[in-house]
Amino acid sequence: MADEGAPARLRLRGISKQFPGCLANDKVDLSLGQGEIHALLGENGAGKSTLVKIIYGVLKADSGALEWDGKAVAITSPSQARKLGIAMVFQHFSLFESMTVAENVALGLDDGANLDELSAKVGEIGRRYGLALQPERVVHDLSVGERQRVEIVRCLMQNPRLLIMDEPTSVLTPGEAEALFVTLRQLAAEGCTILYISHKLEEIRALCSRATVMRGGQVVANCDPRQETAHDLARLMIGEDFDQASKTAEASFGAARLRVQGLNMAAAAIHGTPISGLDLEVAAGEILGIAGVAGNGQNTLLAALSGEQLCAKAETICIEGQNAGDLGPRRRRRLGLAFVPEERLGHGAVPEMSLTDNALLTGYDRQDLLSRGSIMFARTRDYAQRIVQSFQVVTGGIGANAGSLSGGNLQKFIIGRELLQQPKVLVVAHPTWGVDAGAAAAIHTALLDLAHQGTAILVISQDLDELLQISDRIAVLSEGRLSEIMITAEADIGRIGLLMGGHGENGEAGQLDKQGEHHAAPA
Amino acid sequence: MRPRLEARIGVSGAMVYVTPVLAVVLTMACGSVLFAALGHNPAAVLYAFFVQPISSAYGLAELTIKATPLVLCAIGLSFGFRANIWNIGAEGQLTLGAIAGGGLALWAGDDASVWFLPAMIIASLLGGAAWAAIPAYLKTRFNANEILTSLMLTYVAILLLSYLVHGPWKDPDGYSFPQSRMFADSVLLPLLTMGTRLHLGAPIALLLALAAWWVMARMFVGFQIKVVGLTPAAAGLAGFSVRRLTWITLLTGGALSGLAGLFEVAGPIGQLLPSISPGYGFTAIIVAFLGRLHPLGILLAGLLIALSYLGGETVQIELGLPLAVSGVFQGMLLFFLLASDVLVRYRIRWGRSVIVQEAG
Repeated sequence: MADEGAPARLRLRGISKQFPGCLANDKVDLSLGQGEIHALLGENGAGKSTLVKIIYGVLKADSGALEWDGKAVAITSPSQARKLGIAMVFQHFSLFESMTVAENVALGLDDGANLDELSAKVGEIGRRYGLALQPERVVHDLSVGERQRVEIVRCLMQNPRLLIMDEPTSVLTPGEAEALFVTLRQLAAEGCTILYISHKLEEIRALCSRATVMRGGQVVANCDPRQETAHDLARLMIGEDFDQASKTAEASFGAARLRVQGLNMAAAAIHGTPISGLDLEVAAGEILGIAGVAGNGQNTLLAALSGEQLCAKAETICIEGQNAGDLGPRRRRRLGLAFVPEERLGHGAVPEMSLTDNALLTGYDRQDLLSRGSIMFARTRDYAQRIVQSFQVVTGGIGANAGSLSGGNLQKFIIGRELLQQPKVLVVAHPTWGVDAGAAAAIHTALLDLAHQGTAILVISQDLDELLQISDRIAVLSEGRLSEIMITAEADIGRIGLLMGGHGENGEAGQLDKQGEHHAAPA
Repeated sequence: MRPRLEARIGVSGAMVYVTPVLAVVLTMACGSVLFAALGHNPAAVLYAFFVQPISSAYGLAELTIKATPLVLCAIGLSFGFRANIWNIGAEGQLTLGAIAGGGLALWAGDDASVWFLPAMIIASLLGGAAWAAIPAYLKTRFNANEILTSLMLTYVAILLLSYLVHGPWKDPDGYSFPQSRMFADSVLLPLLTMGTRLHLGAPIALLLALAAWWVMARMFVGFQIKVVGLTPAAAGLAGFSVRRLTWITLLTGGALSGLAGLFEVAGPIGQLLPSISPGYGFTAIIVAFLGRLHPLGILLAGLLIALSYLGGETVQIELGLPLAVSGVFQGMLLFFLLASDVLVRYRIRWGRSVIVQEAG
């Protein structure tokens, strides 16, 4: 698709950006052809976000040059970037929940506009690109996939010539992702260049015609992702070979170590989703995966399992045969529960405290770190040191603050902290979210090993590929209800995708938003 | 062109210790300007304020006497502040401690046994803790804001003391002055050195500061207090009970403030008066923050603030400056401390802000 004769839509030459203590971009060259879908690939901290922010005018490069359609330009602000024809869909949406679709689109435009005309235009763009949206709907009532469509439509209103998408499918069901690809291919065919940032390799292979791989702030490879295997791409990304974890088929599992019966729980936070009538069992040696798009009750379920929210009846949650529904986190841990929450900083770890203190945070009982109310520092440091060593946490030492670690390293530390407690039951939320491929493989291997030793593991994740890879059985959480539990090896991915889409949505783009479609009221 | 604050990357750990010193220096500098404007020689005033009061053994003893209640209250408050429990009613808890312990001394009469003193100490701890238990209950039961409840209870406590010394506890031989009888000598805190008023309270405060350091640095409960304050969600995950810690920190703060109150009435004052404290309980908030909520820092901060009280008196006597100078100095000190804290963590940028569109 890229026309070699025409000047590149955007060309970066020798872009460098220095942050205190870190060279985020080191003489990066990048050339985006007209109408090509170009993947920007790299681990966390490879410098992708910095580069994109420079292109979008949020950050200013220390050195280097930008050319737009063959002409040198300096992009100093996002509004200037938009004037040139650069649009960006961020990973985290910036929509006003209490306003309608049309109002949100209007707010994104640099010039004011008539709302009625705008609504008509939203409808028109929607029809053209399969981005069905009802302009008068309030954003609060929209699914995550629909919200992303609002963001995309907002970008398309400006007739962009370069569309930047930052990890767009991390929040989508497989069906929604497929629909998005159709839209993106159509846009590219019309001449719009798309810069697609992701670390989902299969997706990039399916969608993109060129890929630029970054590592440590530098461009390390340019390739055609369709010609490479996912494993090759991953190796380029992390710079070394790694073994992908895979589970060996278990013939049978032991007795149930975690049992949840008839769990009903109100959401702790406003706009949270309550859980209703949830039953599940995890046996010794088994990994149960719970898939689902974020915001479907995962947080409520996690709080109920950890003991941060207590159940009305003790027998609702049973750990190792003991009724634990009315026990707090500390007593559940004594029964053998370990827990990795979704958020690392601010929930799983205290950012301002050292790794030693953060090891103490949940390890105090099961690692026997206390003596008559005093902390045994030598033992605690030893425990922290073992976590760092066993899980290859890259850090300045156990005295370093948790907040100074990169996301992936902190995740390894937290997983390690829980795993070394030799739990009978482990509940993990998003074990590899935002973690690079090498660390993800290490975490998966550790989880599989732990299950092999007889721990019952419950994994809640948005990443379906991950669940399919490591879980023995799988279920989908949608709007606070758990689907039937399927054996992963026999599960039909299409069916899982439909379940993830929830009521009334069937994952096919064209049929998604018919007029009068049933939409479940938000809780 | 509006100024805005931008977070600094990589805040130096040493700045935590530099900013209190910086705040003191800036306070002195601004104070000098103020004195010059009032027509005094700044050097002479600063000497009278900061040096003259502690140039004699007697002065040093007075400094320690003033620092004792400040340090006790501030240490008690620092537990709560670490856990985001904002007890600002130390003045009231101090008053209740004085009422409870002092009431026992009055009840014991003129020929009280020396063993009444330990009983008075326990009574003052319980009295202060009981007064702090009210905000603790309201907070844990109804989620009532402890800032308001503890502050309001301060005025109740002061009025209660006023009622007692104007009414039932008034000295019948006191020419109708609103004051109680003098306590028996046997129940007053023993003096440590001849010729000064330095009493047993000072070394007890020092020991308690060391104990507080041990609790915060080495004990699990101190760790829990820090975690609750820094990251409540992580405390929930770890199974630390915020409720329990709310009770612990408020009761500890109340007990230590109550002890400070007793040390005043059974120390330098020797009886109950309508006013037993020049706002030690409130000034202790400044002491706690100036000392970085660290027990040893609080010791130093307590001495510095005590000096500001003494210095204020000295410049009033020597140079005829108003006593309000103490308050101005204390206020400036807190202002500069908070301001330099902000500037250590943020820098001021002028100009158009760059919109980062990553709002979630």
